[in-house]
Order: sequence, then structure tokens, then C-alpha cells
Amino acid sequence: MDGGRQLIEELRRICGDEHVVTEHHALRTYESDGLLQYAAVPRAAALPGSGDEVAAVVRACHQAGAPWVARGSGSGLSGGALPIEDGVLVVLSRLRRILEVDLPNQRVVCEPGVTNISISAAVGPSHFYPPDPSSQIVCSIGGNVAENSGGAHCFKYGFTTNYVCGLEVVLPDGSLMTLGGKELDQPGYDLCGVFVGSEGTLGVATKITVRVVPTPESVRTLVAFFDSPGHAGHAVSAVVSAGVVPGAIEMMDNLSIGASEQMGHAGWPTDAGAALLVELDGPEQECDARFGEIERMCEEAGSNDIRVARDEAERQLFWKMRKAAFPAMGRVSSHYYVQDSVIPRTRLAEVLDRIDELSREYDLKVANVFHAGDGNLHPLVCYDGHSEGEAQRAEELAGEIVVACVDAGGSITGEHGVGVDKKRYMPKMFSEADLDAFQKLRCAFDPDGLANPGKVMPTPRLCGEVPGPYREHPLEKAGLAERF
Amino acid sequence: MDAAGVAAALRESSGVRVVSGGTKLGWGRPIEAPELSVSELDAIVEHNEGDLTAILQAGVPLAAAQQRFADAGQMLALDPPDDGATIGGVIATGDSGPLRHRYGGPRDLVLGVQVALPDGSLARAGSKVIKNVAGYDLAKLMTGAYGTLGVVTEVSVRLHPVSRQKLTVVVRRDDPRALVDAAIELTHRPLEAERLDLRWEDGAGTVLVQLTGPSAPDRAGGVDGDVVEDDDKLWAAQRAAQRGPVVLRVSTTQQGLADVLAAANEHGAVCVARAALGLAWLRLEAADAELVTKLRARLGTCVLLDAPAELRRAVDPWGPLMAEPLMRRVKARFDPYDTLNPGLLLA
Repeated sequence: MDGGRQLIEELRRICGDEHVVTEHHALRTYESDGLLQYAAVPRAAALPGSGDEVAAVVRACHQAGAPWVARGSGSGLSGGALPIEDGVLVVLSRLRRILEVDLPNQRVVCEPGVTNISISAAVGPSHFYPPDPSSQIVCSIGGNVAENSGGAHCFKYGFTTNYVCGLEVVLPDGSLMTLGGKELDQPGYDLCGVFVGSEGTLGVATKITVRVVPTPESVRTLVAFFDSPGHAGHAVSAVVSAGVVPGAIEMMDNLSIGASEQMGHAGWPTDAGAALLVELDGPEQECDARFGEIERMCEEAGSNDIRVARDEAERQLFWKMRKAAFPAMGRVSSHYYVQDSVIPRTRLAEVLDRIDELSREYDLKVANVFHAGDGNLHPLVCYDGHSEGEAQRAEELAGEIVVACVDAGGSITGEHGVGVDKKRYMPKMFSEADLDAFQKLRCAFDPDGLANPGKVMPTPRLCGEVPGPYREHPLEKAGLAERF
Repeated sequence: MDAAGVAAALRESSGVRVVSGGTKLGWGRPIEAPELSVSELDAIVEHNEGDLTAILQAGVPLAAAQQRFADAGQMLALDPPDDGATIGGVIATGDSGPLRHRYGGPRDLVLGVQVALPDGSLARAGSKVIKNVAGYDLAKLMTGAYGTLGVVTEVSVRLHPVSRQKLTVVVRRDDPRALVDAAIELTHRPLEAERLDLRWEDGAGTVLVQLTGPSAPDRAGGVDGDVVEDDDKLWAAQRAAQRGPVVLRVSTTQQGLADVLAAANEHGAVCVARAALGLAWLRLEAADAELVTKLRARLGTCVLLDAPAELRRAVDPWGPLMAEPLMRRVKARFDPYDTLNPGLLLA
């Protein structure tokens, strides 16, 4: 970062001295996001206090030619908010105001640092904001926009992208742009839609308009235990083929049931091969009519232990068991590596067999917790980071699992994002022509490649001038990057 | 011509009018260019019943795809008008019907696209699984772009189960404000309605609430109106009113629909609207540029869809474009020489 000192002075002028962090030890707070395997300390962290300050910060970075990364709550699981050494980290934690609750029109306008859960809190109990990542108590709506976050209830309700209707964004040249609004179907390109899930590589959102919906009248929850995930998978298929769309269908395998039981103490059978958590929500009469059908289908798929949550406390306990699966795994294994692959649901049994086979081959345990309705697996590859070479073996195994899922017609990531963690798998899913098309979009927003560089795309690429004559980029001349 | 053929044709071309079913060629600015048709790309590539997904080539007639899905008790939850429309045209124009209330529009149901670009490449984005965040969501970029950034040659879509039990409750009001109030009261209840529309015609209006599922008859009692069990005609009429001699699509809020209905009343227009979404279609027997401009000043975003070519020349059918400079930058990267539907969207 040439002229770094000058840029930092400019950042201080914009945000105020107390909102620019430059001391190495203080910056280490920001060295990783939720994916701790990666760490980098930026040159500076700026904490702007308004959308205009964000724009000024980004403009200053643009003028200095400095790369920057936006960070919300830092709970992402793909290293999307990993800082660039020598770059600026734009921390949005001070932008946490809900600007408008327009309940009659079912819209909320807020700043990016607002937590996911506080949107539902602002419109409850009559309404709620459906996308519910497990980290919803801390994760920010700005981060949700960047990652197009999902959650347990997205099989029925959809993802962040289905609820964001308007954005104010700062483009990487520092200009402010409004995309969409409270109204749907604005004429022209759906730039709001394409911005959601772009992982901070197209700019940073400073104002977000979301749609909220009426809270379902009734919620019914059960957990059914099976001999194997395969049997539980049959129950899922039966439910879905019967035309029932549950609010959530989550599956845990034996290893994760055991780990969660140590933390949640719900009295779940630790010898069960799989647990299926099914939640039905909607109008009371409809839930009543359907819930019995679901119980029957679980029985038919081989479950002889079905527990229905008798009250809200027990329902919360069931969910605690599901949500404890990740943290509880720490009791089973000193380290684990989480994957986020997706498969067509009908391929579940064969992919799980393949994962078992790989687990034996690599001699590492793999626990499985997943969103069964939409085929989003979260295999947790367990390893001992202190044992020589095991981390690398775990990463290789995780890579093989990704390949198995893509080969089954799936995706490398369902909700965590590509970030730095999965960019090496992008060529497994996308051809050169596909990646070239992605780059066209990126170049339209960020021709200088300053917004979150090194994420998503597997190899660094530059943007040519369009449609003017060819000019060699300095990095290209130095052999550091290839021209797109 | 296969998808690779479309891409190759684009590379050689200096300007094309992209055509599929040809049912919406009267939308956008009138343009003149040799036609490039994708209607021969008419294969249903995959119907994955168990996964509730499908892959369709762009030229597949929507009705043909629906027939295939219906055989398995499923549907692609898109019900725009035009029985001759193809999936490619519906995606390109982002057109939708009453089912949008529950299932979203084309942007929400398209999982992935294959697209032919003017540089002769054939690129894919998205996937065929219902949950995926890998790479940029170019499917959303292409949806509603009217074929001006690329030619969609294939799409993968999410399907939904069809409910056997259905009925519609009809609520009547003869004042636009009272009608919208009645609708808003319903949109704020957790009804899980399949469709929830408004209609205003000849000085009177209805709210139409379609309920599905085994408990539909029980739940209908909770809505104060007349129950219609055989409701196909009601919904066919809602869809049909999205077409006409002159049709304006209005983007507003739920509350803003009151102004739209009042305007319809004053100008003798038929208006159908998605009550919870704030989307309305004004169907007029005739209109001039002055009226379109006046309605825009009063109602906000109005896109002129069906209209005689002379009207679409006299007044910009799109109205002001938000973030137009950025749209032009996107256009310049994907279609630098303005090969695709030149002038149709960005002049």
C-alpha cells in the first residue's frame, strides 16, 4: 500500500481518531472471521459511523489504490471477511441502527451492522424475518447480504436473497448507488439480486431494505430416531413427495447425536443411527392435519422412537440439541473442519456411503449434521491439529467430500460462501467460460479489483478496459496475474 | 440450432432480436434487428421428481412443462398469462402471475442458467440444487434483463407440490380505499394463502384469497367473504387482465395500491394487483404519452408493457432507471458492442 501513512491520516479524518485502529495487537482482534484456520492482520481497520463515512473510506482506498475488505460481525464460515495484509478492513459494527419499521407495508430498512435476530424482534410478535442462520444472535444483516445466508427454515421460506428488496451500496470507486427499494420489479437489471451473495467483492451495502412476513399461527416439532441416516432419508423423501413443506427438516448422525447429548442432556438415544428433527409451521388447522401424516411417515420409514415437543420449552430443547452439534463436536475432537456442500436430496444415501468410505480410507471421523430438506450437508471432519500431518489429511478428505457432492450434481457451498476456503473448488463446479462470465460482472462493479480481492475466484484476474484498446496492467507485466 | 449454435451465431452477429415464443415482442422500445430464435431449444432436459427440480431449454413452452410436472403432482409455480409463452421468454421478461404471492417470481424460482454471450461463449451460473451460493448469481442478472446481457439457452428451476384441495374466498368492496384496507388486513394474517389478489373493474372491486391444503375449507371460515370452490375462471381472469391494448405494470407498496385503484377508477381501467407485493397491472383500452407521464407522476414506477409501437416511441416504456450508470457498466462488460436486442432497454 503505497502512501499508506497518508491513507491512514485520511481515514482518521473521515472516521475520527478513535475509530481507526492501526496497532498490531489491537488489529489481531480482526485477524480471522468465524473460520479460524485463516488469519491475516490488516494495515488498518476503519470503523465508519455512517453510510457517508463508509463511502468516504472506500473512496480514500480507491484513491490510494488500496485493497479493502468489509466485515460485519465476523461470524462467517468461509473466510470471506479475512483481512488483506497491507489493506484496510472496513468494520461496520457502528452501523447498527434500524432506520425504519414500515409494518403496514411489511418492510424494514436498516444499517448493515444490525443483527439478524433484531429485525425479527423489531417486527414481532406479529411478523418475523425468516432467514435464520444458526449464528443469528450475533451475525449482521450486512454479512447475510454478502453471503446470501440461509438457515434451518429456508427450505420452506427461502434465503436472504428472497427477502432483500432494496440496497444502498458503496461501489469500489466510492460512489453510492441505490438498487431496488421497498417496491418490487423496478425496471432494468436486478442488480440488487446479483449483489446479494457476492461476498463483498462488488462493494459494500450501507442500507438494506428487507421484507418481513406474518408469524405462523402454529408450530409443531418432533424428533424421530432411526437406525441409519439412510432410513431417515427415506422419511424425508416421503414427507416431501407427499407435498408437505415443513418449516425445517434437520438430520443428525450418530456421532453428532452423541456429542450434542453431552451438552444438551435431552435424553436422546446415543445409540441411534440418525435423528430427524421436523418442524411444521403454518395455520393451526393445516398443521394439525399434516402433523399426523409426518409421524406416520417416520414410522413407515422405520422409526420406533418419535418424540413430539409438548411445549415451547421442549421445542427449544430440541433445537438446542441441533444447534449444539457444531460446538459440541469440540468434546469429541480437538479440531474439526466444516464443509457446506449440497447434493440433490435423492442422492443422499449414496453420498453418505461415499463419505463413510472416505472416512475409513483417511482414518478420520466424519460427523454429519445437515439441512435434509434442501440436501445441504455439513460434514464435520474431525482431526487432531497437534498430530503431525493430520490437519492436511483432514483438508484432503474434506476436498474429496466436496468432489463427491459436485459429482452427484450438487454444489460446493449451500450457505457459507466460497470466501478463501472453497475458491480452490470453484473449477470443480464451473468451467473457464463460467468463471469468465463471473469476471465480467465483477469488472463492471470493481474494475480495479480493490473490493475483497483474493476471494471467490480461484485465480487472480484483471479487468481489461471495455471496449477500448488493450493496455498492459502493471501486475500482468510483472507476471503476477493473468488477464481476463 | 443448439445452445452452442446460438453462441456461435452471436459471435458472428452485429445485432439480433432475440425471440422465443414471440408472445411479448411488443414490450420495451421498438427495435429492428434480424431475429435469432431459441424456439428450437425445446427439450425438457431433466425432471427430477424426487428433488422437485427440473432443467428446461429456453424454448420449452411453459404449458408443456407444466403438463409434464402436473403428471407427477408438481408445478413450476409461475402462472403468467400467454399460453404460448416459453420458459425462456418468461425468465427474460421476469413475467409472473398470481402464484407469485406465495412462491415468488421467476427470480426466486430459477436455480441456474446457461447463457450464450456475444463473445461466443456459453457460460453457466448457479446449479440444479435448491440451495447454492457458489459464484455470482447471474441467473438473477439474466432474469428480467430482456435478453440484453446474454441469451438464456437453458434454466434449472425449483418445483413445488400441487395441492389437490383448493378454493377461493371473494371479498367485495365498492370503494378503492376500503378494498385495499380489506386486502391489507388479510396480507397481515398468517393465512399462508396460495394466491392473494385484488381486482378493480367498473367501479367495484374484489379481494381474492385462494387457500389450499386439506384444511382449506375450515380456514375459509376465517375470511369474511363468498367461497368459490371451482375457482379456475376467477384466476384465469386475473391473469388475462395483465394483457390488453395498453398495460402498465406499477411497482408500489401495499398501501400505495389504494392510489393505483383510484387512478384505475378515474380512467376506466381494469386493475389487477398482488395485494401483499404491491404490484399492479393497469389495463387501459387506449392511452397517449401524456397519460402515461401523468400516471408516472402520480403512482411512481410504471413500466409500459402492452402498447402500440407508436406509444412506445412517444414515451419511454421503462421510465427512469435506477442505478442506470451501473446498468450501463454491466451492459458494457457483457455486451460491449450492443449486439443483443439493441436499444430495447438502454437507449
